[in-house]
Amino acid sequence: MSETLNRETFKPVIVGAGPAGVRAAQTLVRFGLRPVVIDESSIWGGQIYRQQPLIFKRSSKELYGFESGRADSVHQAMADILNQIDYHPDTLVWNAQDHELDTIHDGQTSTTPYSHLIVATGATDRVLPFAGWTLPGVYTLGGAQVCLKFQGCAIGKRVVFMGTGPLLYLVAYQYARAGAQVLAVLDTSSLSDQVAATPRMIAQPGLLAKGIYYVAWLRTHGVPVHRSIQPVAAKGESHVTSVVWRDKRGEHTLECDAIGFGYALRSETQLADIVGAKFEFDPAQRAFLPVRDESGRSSIPGVYIAGDGGGIMGADASELAGELAAFALIADIDIQLLSPTDLQHIQTLKSRLTTSSKFRVGLDRAFPFPENWADNIQDDVIICRCEEITAGEIRHAVTELCALELNRVKALTRVGMGRCQSRMCGVAAAEIVAECAAIDIKEVGRLRGQAPIKPIPFITEPETLSVHKQGER
Amino acid sequence: MTDFNDYKSLSGPQFVRLAETDRECLSFQLNGKSVQALKGDTVLTAILMNQSCLRKTEMQGMPRAGFCLMGACQDCWVTLASGQRLRACTSFIAPDMHITTFPGDPL
Repeated sequence: MSETLNRETFKPVIVGAGPAGVRAAQTLVRFGLRPVVIDESSIWGGQIYRQQPLIFKRSSKELYGFESGRADSVHQAMADILNQIDYHPDTLVWNAQDHELDTIHDGQTSTTPYSHLIVATGATDRVLPFAGWTLPGVYTLGGAQVCLKFQGCAIGKRVVFMGTGPLLYLVAYQYARAGAQVLAVLDTSSLSDQVAATPRMIAQPGLLAKGIYYVAWLRTHGVPVHRSIQPVAAKGESHVTSVVWRDKRGEHTLECDAIGFGYALRSETQLADIVGAKFEFDPAQRAFLPVRDESGRSSIPGVYIAGDGGGIMGADASELAGELAAFALIADIDIQLLSPTDLQHIQTLKSRLTTSSKFRVGLDRAFPFPENWADNIQDDVIICRCEEITAGEIRHAVTELCALELNRVKALTRVGMGRCQSRMCGVAAAEIVAECAAIDIKEVGRLRGQAPIKPIPFITEPETLSVHKQGER
Repeated sequence: MTDFNDYKSLSGPQFVRLAETDRECLSFQLNGKSVQALKGDTVLTAILMNQSCLRKTEMQGMPRAGFCLMGACQDCWVTLASGQRLRACTSFIAPDMHITTFPGDPL
């Protein structure tokens, strides 16, 4: 790096302090910038490397297993730069306007201007409902993992894990190791999917080996693993008391008091949407995602998207993407700031990211999205848990009210209009519209992001609220 | 059909502690009753160590106990006796907090 940047002119803001956000911040600091890092959590690490409350005592090996080295490294990187950044934990970005973010912290709203924005908003579980999924005792796989990592608790006494994706086996393994009673792992993918994907996953033999290890460990410790299953229902009245699934041998019931389920992850794209980034349909992830170049530049000059928030890439790749986005930001300020060593390093990051994306293709093949999911969903199954909208109501909007586009279906049924703003039901609602209308999922479109990105309390400081200019967006 | 208005019929706890159990105890009020939690518990954990349910849905009155546990699904908002609402999975329990999981019910 040739010179120190003028901190007054450049005010980069990073939203999210997971692997991507932390590596982005670290890189900007190296170039003499003082980024603002805004994060919803009370401490950095993101969901994957989420830190436990300070008074908890488990070692990082206990918390993160094989990933403890990476977790420690990300945590330390952020600890090392804390006095060189403006860090805002427990702070929600709920809206964005031209070069300004509207935030809320502890009931107080304020506005943060930015010259450049790195969106590192991460991901949540990709959810496909089944009958009874709203019962107490049913959680996402990620939620089940947070419960253990962040609270030292299991989601129930007798737990079943269901769905598909790498997290399915990882969480089951972590639960069983921690002493929870794991009754079964029910995978919608087939063994042949996983065998067929192996050649692609050889790109990262370490990660492949870990996946195989979890399955083998579960089997040797007596946890039944059933593949090629189809979830049927969670049964119970006031809370879940059993799970029902189907396979080619018929229907099966297992008594349990908790279910963790999910189908890999989906990107948190609301902020990218609100700043106006262009989105395109990604067939591999079956979702509309913000367009980004190989360094993370979005369609909006000065706005970068790093990590899972722009498409699922995994924690290791997110670190690389965070660093690359920060380098892109520096290059866009002045390419001369990058030394030959920096340029060489950027090439290395890009080639490592390419290797990782080959592995990602393998993962998608090993744990495929169940494309026929909507065919098997009865009309009375709740799809939108906030507004309690059923599959039948969505189908009614398609067949009787001729709504073929997702925002239209939302307007007519209130699906996706509730507090979660479609985070939990958006994927499923789109699948049902596509199935019912017999059109390609891409044609259904995507729900537009809206402010507030998440609910904000009624009690806010009125004088600061007025900073938000009415009618601008 | 179960009458979900009778929160006393809801069995519990939902969660099971597997680790970090040697923390300081604290008590808080849950639906008018004094109950125990551990320092460092989220409000969600504190409630679900005592009962299986967090709230009823506004439209159909169905029981819910959170879902994503990471501040995304918004299905765990509870009400304090003061009227203040908080997201249970991202808030920590504090001594003497008074939580009503079924606002409107007589305590």
